[in-house]
Amino acid sequence: MATAESVVFEHVTKRYGVAEARREAAAGRLPAAVDDLSFEVPAGRICVLVGPSGCGKTTSLKMVNRLIEPTSGRILIGGEDVATRDVIALRRSIGYVIQQVGLFPHQTVGENVETVTRLLGWAPERRRARSDELLELVGLDPSRYATRYPSQLSGGERQRVGVARALAADPPVLLMDEPFGAVDPIVRERLQNELLHLQDQLAKTILFVTHDIDEAIKMGDLVAVMQAGGHLAQFAPPAEILANPASDFVARFVGADRGLKRLALTRVNELDLMAPVTASPGEDAAEARRRALADPFPWLLLVDAMRRPLGWVEEADIPTSGNLTEELASAMSPLLDRRTTLKDALARLIEAEVQAGVVTDARGAVIGLVTAEMIFDWSRRTAEEARASEGPTRETAS
Amino acid sequence: MDLIGAAAAWFMDPAHWNGANGVPYRLAQHVGISLVSIAIALAIALPVGLYIGHTRRGQALAINLANVGRAIPSLAAIAIVVPFTQMIDPGKGFNLYPTIIAMVVLAVPPILVNTYAGIAEVDRDLVESARGMGMTERQVLRSVEVPIALPVIVGGLRSATVQVIATATLGAIYGLGALGGFIVEGVAQRDDGRLFAGVFLVAALALLAEGGLALVQRRLSGPVSAAAAAAAAQAS
Repeated sequence: MATAESVVFEHVTKRYGVAEARREAAAGRLPAAVDDLSFEVPAGRICVLVGPSGCGKTTSLKMVNRLIEPTSGRILIGGEDVATRDVIALRRSIGYVIQQVGLFPHQTVGENVETVTRLLGWAPERRRARSDELLELVGLDPSRYATRYPSQLSGGERQRVGVARALAADPPVLLMDEPFGAVDPIVRERLQNELLHLQDQLAKTILFVTHDIDEAIKMGDLVAVMQAGGHLAQFAPPAEILANPASDFVARFVGADRGLKRLALTRVNELDLMAPVTASPGEDAAEARRRALADPFPWLLLVDAMRRPLGWVEEADIPTSGNLTEELASAMSPLLDRRTTLKDALARLIEAEVQAGVVTDARGAVIGLVTAEMIFDWSRRTAEEARASEGPTRETAS
Repeated sequence: MDLIGAAAAWFMDPAHWNGANGVPYRLAQHVGISLVSIAIALAIALPVGLYIGHTRRGQALAINLANVGRAIPSLAAIAIVVPFTQMIDPGKGFNLYPTIIAMVVLAVPPILVNTYAGIAEVDRDLVESARGMGMTERQVLRSVEVPIALPVIVGGLRSATVQVIATATLGAIYGLGALGGFIVEGVAQRDDGRLFAGVFLVAALALLAEGGLALVQRRLSGPVSAAAAAAAAQAS
């Protein structure tokens, strides 16, 4: 398994002369210039290049595998300048996925996935085994899919094959140019989740181009926001870009709802959850009532033997004597998996018109409570922290 | 006069199946001249077409040359080259060489235009994707562009072949023989049976070549046309 390698841009500039621009235009391309781009993507991280069209994000990507040569500056992979490497060998060591996937229509899925391993001269059996392994990795049964042609696949399936093909030679670096641009939003969401899940196992260094800020925030460990003219407007983790945009351009680009977007980056189990008063049916009611009254949130949460929530008992409904029974439970809060984002949690609370949601673990047992107030507090506190760490450089709008 | 009957009667005469003026010999001659002409045309047009299609350089020049080639009537082409080829060989330089040269001039344009257009029409994203995965220019051409463009290239070969088979009859005016010989003699001798036997043979050969190459073309475009069909189905 090849380890991931860092990717470093050092003052990379690409300008098009008149002759070159004309030639590119004749070939149906309208490449954007890039101006003094410098950033570092640590090994194993996803860096998303995002910006409006014409900002040079695709040009930047193509300079990594030298489909476009920079005018000046260097790009280093694992510390080595790509310009010093044999261009063919370099490209074979980098996974490449483009928007329309670029699957070869005259080859089967299996042959497509074997492209790079064939170029590298692997023996047919080894190529085949690797292709099967990769198709399984992306969730396509090789016995069903390997002999099909790309035209027989759905858009999402084609995209998966594209990812499998890019991974064939186990490259340390993956370049993805709007890989999910051509599929519908539901499929895109699923493919994004699959890629993140894959990345948990593979830990490749991924450079990912998109024009969709939401996709950038979701996919990126780091986000490079680019603006027209090929300038790097901000390079930071998504949370920081949302909490503290470096310029008005970035603030406008991430959108007026960046507060909400930030909520989508944090999961409920990252908050200091409130501990509810819990009791199980069969326990002494008087004792449970005493504990509930002592709590600032005077409701009793009934849970079963596995600590899975059964429902709330209002303070007034808790019997003063005898044992608790399941029938006492009157209301139930939304149950939130611990990995629910704050944004989704807030949406569920608003929809259910309640103050608190019950956070559960993978087995469904209660971990704690989350309230709308806690979410607002978190939002305010982290935004202040981000501004403080940056210093009082600018007034934040919105 | 019943032309079909006359031609059939002519075919039934065993004397017409023997010797240098018989059907088998002249048929072989016709096929041979056509094959040689097409082979030479392929040798010229294919590399040039692949180069222009892949690099997208010299497209205007290729179109203009192809159009000039199309504009020259084959009979004129034969007449123009006769004086030169006769300097090489007075006999073959009078009928065989001029005919082959005229047929090459006729066959180059469709092969050239289809080859470069077929290659140039291959989706640029596909080519860039191939290049980005580390294919050399030669590998891009061989394993992506040519296979995808092959049905279009074969289409050019197909029209060139049919034109050459039909037009190679002109060589008979200069005494070349081949299947055109029956037609020229038929006209001269007012022998409708011979004339229409010749016409029938040329037409049959041309249709056979057309059908055979159409079949090849259809087979080649299997997965690619399936892709187009699926894309169309998805779009609707």
